Amino acid sequence: MIKAVNVVKIFSGKAGVVRAVDGVSTEVARGEVVVIIGPSGSGKSTFLRCINGLESFTEGHIIIDGVDLADKKTNINKVRAEVGMVFQQFNLFPHMTVLENLTLAQRRVRRRSKAQADEKARMLLRKVGIAEKADEFPSRLSGGQQQRVAIARALAMDPKVMLFDEPTSALDPEMVGEVLDVMKQLAREGMTMMVVTHEMGFAREVADRVIFMDEGKVVEVGTPEHFFTSPREERAKLFLKQVL
Amino acid sequence: MKAADNTWPWKVLLAVILIGVAAGTWGAVKKIDYQWRWNRVPQYFAYVNEDARKVPFDAEVVVVTDKGEQTVVTVAGAGSDKKEFTVDTASLKVKKGDELFAGDTIGFVTQWNLGPLTLGLWTTLWLSAVSSFFGLILGLITGLARISKNFTARWLALLYVECIRGTPLLVQIFIAYFFLGTVFNLSRNVCGVGALALFCGAYVAEIVRAGIQSISKGQTEAARSLGMTAVQTMWDIVLPQAFKRILPPLSGQFISLIKDSSLVSVIAITDLTKSGREIITSTFATFEVWLLVAAMYLLVTSLLSQLVFYMERRLAVSD
Repeated sequence: MIKAVNVVKIFSGKAGVVRAVDGVSTEVARGEVVVIIGPSGSGKSTFLRCINGLESFTEGHIIIDGVDLADKKTNINKVRAEVGMVFQQFNLFPHMTVLENLTLAQRRVRRRSKAQADEKARMLLRKVGIAEKADEFPSRLSGGQQQRVAIARALAMDPKVMLFDEPTSALDPEMVGEVLDVMKQLAREGMTMMVVTHEMGFAREVADRVIFMDEGKVVEVGTPEHFFTSPREERAKLFLKQVL
Repeated sequence: MKAADNTWPWKVLLAVILIGVAAGTWGAVKKIDYQWRWNRVPQYFAYVNEDARKVPFDAEVVVVTDKGEQTVVTVAGAGSDKKEFTVDTASLKVKKGDELFAGDTIGFVTQWNLGPLTLGLWTTLWLSAVSSFFGLILGLITGLARISKNFTARWLALLYVECIRGTPLLVQIFIAYFFLGTVFNLSRNVCGVGALALFCGAYVAEIVRAGIQSISKGQTEAARSLGMTAVQTMWDIVLPQAFKRILPPLSGQFISLIKDSSLVSVIAITDLTKSGREIITSTFATFEVWLLVAAMYLLVTSLLSQLVFYMERRLAVSD
């Protein structure tokens, strides 16, 4: 489904050259849930953003469903329509109602009729448990509700993959659960997911595979049981000691 | 103890100051012995005109039809020359069978005509409206070009904005009329509107640029991650939010434009300001006319402010 081969992302700014992603290779099968963890600044978010082209990468290949993002002829908009993304800061469109947030891209990109798009949107809002907020503006919603709308908005495009970039990091603690519940349900339904998160509980419960990154490199990969009980690498052990 | 929320002493102070200014002005005017003639002013908004209807050729009155207020007179000249005139019944000077010579008056038609102040105000309004419209489009394009990835577009926009913002509008109007107008054979209205639109566009461009840049990058990323194109993202996501944010400075710019449009009177476009000057040359009512012209500008700009205020409240529903 997703195949990353030796992906390198170099930021060059005034502070010098930073290899934010440094030769990451991985593969995600259809229906697999992969959780990427690691200390901040380890390049996990940057890597995730490379996968839907929000960040261009310097070297390597990312192949999604047979389409190589490094290929200049690739229509990135087509790829993005198949890859849903959920952001830390929700990024709902504040000038549109919840329903309009969900229908805009369906109509503009998928060319669905208003009726079709509305139906799909209402179905997804029911699924994430906020059907009654369809006609509210995002500013009237709590953080947890906003993030659930953001997930529904991405799902409305019928993506083949969902990417989550620290979806619960900006939430008040009591709202983390409702968002994680939606994500767990999604995982159970067989959605292919890549999740960057600090929620170790979620990783342990839902992940098929855990990728630990540090300083732009993949340090350790394994099943949750393996990773959380007997990690091989020193850095992974240190990280787990700090967060658990 | 709750702090006393007494504002009335300040209200009294405000009234005292305003009355003081008014009284001072009144006193000063008294001293120079100025003859106020406000009664002469209303006719410059609208006036009744008696227009004589005259026979263009020697003729005989053949039919006179009374239609109440007005009367239709048909005259027949030599050969098959026939003509109908409609005049006010009260002013009718002929009856059936009268022989008339060319130039004789049949009667008068009274009608209301718009005076120079009204016509000038109208000119100012359409001049500002057309200039604002083109200025907005120009500013939108330039603002987008300013933040575009294309080097040429970015620099063209920057040069345009810097040239316009770095020179006085009065000089730009002169250049538009005496240089460009002569070279390209443009009418003064085209030059006037063109100069105002170019001027307005440069300022709008900076407002638009700032507005777009003030929208968080996350908005663009969210829209692009859904597969929307850059153009769709700009149109559906960024511009509507930016527009709401730039409405106050944008309306300020348009209000400025209404006021700045008074400068086109130097290229003999008869706007409100030039109308005022023309009235003064025939009445010498300098004080009255300039105060009135100022009041008319103030009325227009206040109405626009109110309209924008209303729009802001409408747009605030999603806050």
